[in-house]
Amino acid sequence: MNYYQSEMECASPEAMRALQSERLVKAVRHVYDNVPYYRNKMADIGLEPQDVRSMDDLRKLPFLTKDDLKTAYPYGLLAKPLADCVRIQSTSGTTGKRVVAFYTQNDIDVWDECCARAIVAAGGSREDVVHVCYGYGLFTGGPGLNGGSHKVGSLTLPMSSGNTERQLQFMIDLEATILCCTPSYAAFLAESLIAQGLRDQIKLKAGIFGAEAWSEEMRRDIEDKLGIKAYDIYGLTEVTGPGVSFECSEQTGMHVNEDHFVAEIIDPETGEVLPDGSKGELVFTCISKEAFPLLRYRTRDICVLSRKECSCGRTLVKMARLMGRTDDMLIIRGVNVFPSQIETVLLRAGYPSNYQIIIDRVHHTDSFEVKVEMTQEMFDDTVKRIEAREAELLSALRAMLGISPKVTLVAPRSIARSEGKAVRVIDKRKI
Amino acid sequence: MTIDQLSIFVENSPGRLAEIADILGNAGIDLRAVSIADTRDFGILRVITSDPARATEILRAEDCVVSVTPVLAVAIEDTPGSLSRVLRVLADVGISIEYLYAFITRKRDSAYVIFRVEDNERAIEAFAAHGVKTAGAAELYAL
Repeated sequence: MNYYQSEMECASPEAMRALQSERLVKAVRHVYDNVPYYRNKMADIGLEPQDVRSMDDLRKLPFLTKDDLKTAYPYGLLAKPLADCVRIQSTSGTTGKRVVAFYTQNDIDVWDECCARAIVAAGGSREDVVHVCYGYGLFTGGPGLNGGSHKVGSLTLPMSSGNTERQLQFMIDLEATILCCTPSYAAFLAESLIAQGLRDQIKLKAGIFGAEAWSEEMRRDIEDKLGIKAYDIYGLTEVTGPGVSFECSEQTGMHVNEDHFVAEIIDPETGEVLPDGSKGELVFTCISKEAFPLLRYRTRDICVLSRKECSCGRTLVKMARLMGRTDDMLIIRGVNVFPSQIETVLLRAGYPSNYQIIIDRVHHTDSFEVKVEMTQEMFDDTVKRIEAREAELLSALRAMLGISPKVTLVAPRSIARSEGKAVRVIDKRKI
Repeated sequence: MTIDQLSIFVENSPGRLAEIADILGNAGIDLRAVSIADTRDFGILRVITSDPARATEILRAEDCVVSVTPVLAVAIEDTPGSLSRVLRVLADVGISIEYLYAFITRKRDSAYVIFRVEDNERAIEAFAAHGVKTAGAAELYAL
């Protein structure tokens, strides 16, 4: 079995809990002493640092939300003097709330180690060539996997995103073995390789794909097209970046690096902590970070935690594939719709995963359109057979979503392709 | 005998049909016959061309979805009633027609009808039994 830090990745549950308790107590004291914003939040509910003596007291701590980050922007949650910080990273700001996270050198080292665990779990070693085409810069994707690859000792190709022709050339010429990017870009690269007849010239064996929700069907599609094993990776800038959790050979969920990040699942309505196996909002507590240690940060990601034994030997708790983000969830005609559900239906029906959802409000009613790309396989010279396939797709969408979209078939590769994160939803409603 | 017809997916957006015609025109592809089926949100452009293999390759390279379908081309006299006679042949043996389109030619006093039927072999037999000949590619492109 491949581990980067087996003493942590395979620790006994008791030893892990003891380590977490020790680190949590220190982390609470650290923020209380250094972050007035946090001290006030604790004072509001009458909590003193000495009230947190072990992991059993975790749930006494108040939650932090994206709104707190906005209020405290930019330095309000900083727990170290700026002189001790060496880097910032920032979120894409697509929701209009930019987050700036700070890192000390030690924070960067921990983050890199977390990514190194992901690369090793995907079969990486110093013999590998790791092709990183997540964006570099403020986005955490590129720097995270780059740092992890350095720790492992792999040859790192810091490609960043974009310029597909150059990506393919380096991938082939330098014999990249592990690809790191968003799943939508991996799918795009796979299609480009196939279209150019270059599929036989690549040496890839694995991919580490994250920063977007994706379905099991999309995983299989990418694996088949590139001839690799595709692993999921999860993270968020607020907590550190990619590597908060990562997938192992079992491919049934992502192991949380819980020696650094403690995961909880809560009911998003009441804030109540739910037992393992329940579906709810994921909450993280950073117990080893120095500069930007968020405690009980609500991610808005919906998922399930599992402590079932894993065949890879790791004892780290596993989080299931994300079931959506409370942010991504669309409410259309009063029904909750996650874009990932649409992706699942499309791939099952044999259509490409490159779709676009367009929502508008016409005469006080939501219009809901799904644009789907026509393919060689789904095309026919008769209208009736194309319409029969369209009708099947429509009924599968209705069965999955509970409401009926209008399906529009469009030309292949005509929906804007992402080289970073995909634009899947265009919501024109003005409410 | 059958001939190869190209069917091309046409997205319902202004100018898309012109783009496809440009691709074919710029590549010097000569069109013998053209027909379009339109639905609420897409169209299917069907063409008979002198070089279906090359046209398919060129269109696919431009990200067009193209399928190649063997269809029947039947020469009929350019006179009233001749279409009904060939249709009757198929109707009598119960062969249903998916679609058809016709074109007249410059050189002869005749027209051609392109048939897309469920079962080409049976249709050819039925036509032959009534003395109706199906044209091959060579005949059509020599027009």
